[in-house]
Amino acid sequence: MSRIQKTFRDLKKKGQAALIPFLVAGDPDLKTTGDLILKIAEAGADIIELGVPYSDPLADGPTIQAAAHRALQRGINLKSILNLTGNLKRKTPPLVIMTYFNPVFRYGLKAFAEDCRECGIEGVVIPDLPPEEAGPWIKEARKTGIDTIFLTAPTSSPERISLASKVSRGFIYHVSVTGVTGVRGKLSEDLELAVRKIREISKKPVSVGFGISTPEQAREVSRFADGIIVGSAIVKIIEDGGERKEVIQRVGAFISSLAAAIR
Amino acid sequence: MSQPDRKGHFGIFGGKYVPETLMAPLKELEKAYLALRKDNPFQKAIAAYLKDYAGRPTPLYFAARLTEEFKGCRIYLKREDLAHTGAHKINNTLGQALLAGKMGKKRIIAETGAGQHGVATATAAALVGLQCAVYMGEEDIRRQSLNVFRMRLLGAEVIPVSSGSKTLKDAINEAIRDWVTNVRDTYYLIGSVVGPHPYPMMVRDYQSVIGKEVKRQVMEKEGRLPDCLVACVGGGSNAIGLFHPFLKDDVRFIGVEAAGLGLLSGKHAASLNAGSIGTLHGSMSYILQDDSGNIMETHSVSAGLDYPGVGPEHAFWKEIRRAEYATVTDEEAMAAFHLLSKTEGILPALESAHALAYAGKIAPSLGKDRIMVVNLSGRGDKDVQSIAAKMGVDL
Repeated sequence: MSRIQKTFRDLKKKGQAALIPFLVAGDPDLKTTGDLILKIAEAGADIIELGVPYSDPLADGPTIQAAAHRALQRGINLKSILNLTGNLKRKTPPLVIMTYFNPVFRYGLKAFAEDCRECGIEGVVIPDLPPEEAGPWIKEARKTGIDTIFLTAPTSSPERISLASKVSRGFIYHVSVTGVTGVRGKLSEDLELAVRKIREISKKPVSVGFGISTPEQAREVSRFADGIIVGSAIVKIIEDGGERKEVIQRVGAFISSLAAAIR
Repeated sequence: MSQPDRKGHFGIFGGKYVPETLMAPLKELEKAYLALRKDNPFQKAIAAYLKDYAGRPTPLYFAARLTEEFKGCRIYLKREDLAHTGAHKINNTLGQALLAGKMGKKRIIAETGAGQHGVATATAAALVGLQCAVYMGEEDIRRQSLNVFRMRLLGAEVIPVSSGSKTLKDAINEAIRDWVTNVRDTYYLIGSVVGPHPYPMMVRDYQSVIGKEVKRQVMEKEGRLPDCLVACVGGGSNAIGLFHPFLKDDVRFIGVEAAGLGLLSGKHAASLNAGSIGTLHGSMSYILQDDSGNIMETHSVSAGLDYPGVGPEHAFWKEIRRAEYATVTDEEAMAAFHLLSKTEGILPALESAHALAYAGKIAPSLGKDRIMVVNLSGRGDKDVQSIAAKMGVDL
């Protein structure tokens, strides 16, 4: 059983949902990302998702696009991110990488799966790699024990949910809205229904992402989901900038408020 | 085996590398498209619009003076520049807009680089009675103000894209983001043989009218098939449209990519000649990327070729050596533009001028009895301003 699977199992026993903050790795720089990882771990993150900056992030809204752009200008890539996580030596909650497919393809699927294992990455989400195209990646990931996390969306049919469940390890990532990443005023009204639909088909943990940005929304979703992914709201705090230590404090305080809301 | 396979692959290329949200709509599109492909009344409707509205068949013109100038094989020009809106783009937008209407979609979105596909989409949307929004990079809006105004006159909304390099690839990213968001009532009308399955297949089929006509026309004029076909390749739709009906024939296919300031300068758009395999905009193909897998910026004097990827079927044809892919620089294309204008009285689009320039390079090595067809994919009126600027002329 992977650390990600254990995390969900332990939280389930306590009747709690996992808090999964997302950071764009290398925004504003890798050293800060390293410090932020430690800070949000201390503030109550159960799993941490690291976004890999990419030139053409077509599933992302303006906030994460801008962060990716900033990180790319510093030359951040998969290699430098794996270097960073390797240095953290697993003294953190399980780390998950979220990356578009082309950087992984360019890196080499086998090398990427092996380097993930070496560098403390335990799961990978690839938003533009549906199960149909994922055969070669799944094969490499299974060899190294990396959890392959696939996505479901409001448009997914029962057949597609079943397919995503079959190939997912760790958890299923449910995209709460038809749309791109970003802060939204309110959650989709059908969200709870959509998660229930997935549960009827799959026994795997379901984490919900896209558009969750406040403690109230996190609490609401934690009633019916196994995990809550919060991205753009955190990236925005970092974007607003300021003194490095203060930014880290503010992110930490925000994560604490999310954790308090769902515990 | 016919390509693509059932999952949309041309060998290892093509496929569907898209967010999960789009998988169901792509399936829905594929089903609708395949059903209508066998639907006689629908096919007749498309054919009628192509004939009476778009002005097809476009002529196959024997360019006697150009042939003399090149001192080699006989040169025919397929006059896509004479189709409605001034380029081959209308063949595809008419088909897809009618399909969107059949599918009950209310709104069409599209991307455009030079504005030709945007204009052709706005035209077809007006004809079918659908709302239309066109994404266009800010940089391209500045370069192609005339086409922006044309789209607005046709009732389309032109949405400026300020992300990334502010050109065609970013316009596609933004169109995909719109589609993901408004997927239930919106139809994404892609302008080339790129994107996820079924687009490369569908756009190829709609553009194949070019090659089918050429086959008939050249038989009428010469009593035999041509020896070689030449077309420019950005995404590659006019080339696929000309080549595909000749796939099983003993005919050479030559695609011409934009070498910009030269392949060694790094400022070009030659994905097949200087790129490597990767995924972009939903399919696997040859792309221009850096060592980390990020997409690189491209350059070409021709906005329609200024794209860091290429249709997956071209990538497949390169692999199996069914087609050859050459390159032509900005400067060579400009020279071909002037040559055709002065010898034949036709201003070609700068995209098509790439094909002409390469035709001129190889024509002398082919015997005088050989036949070459060059796709004149569009007319050059849209490029007049930028050509004047290049020549230092104030209009």
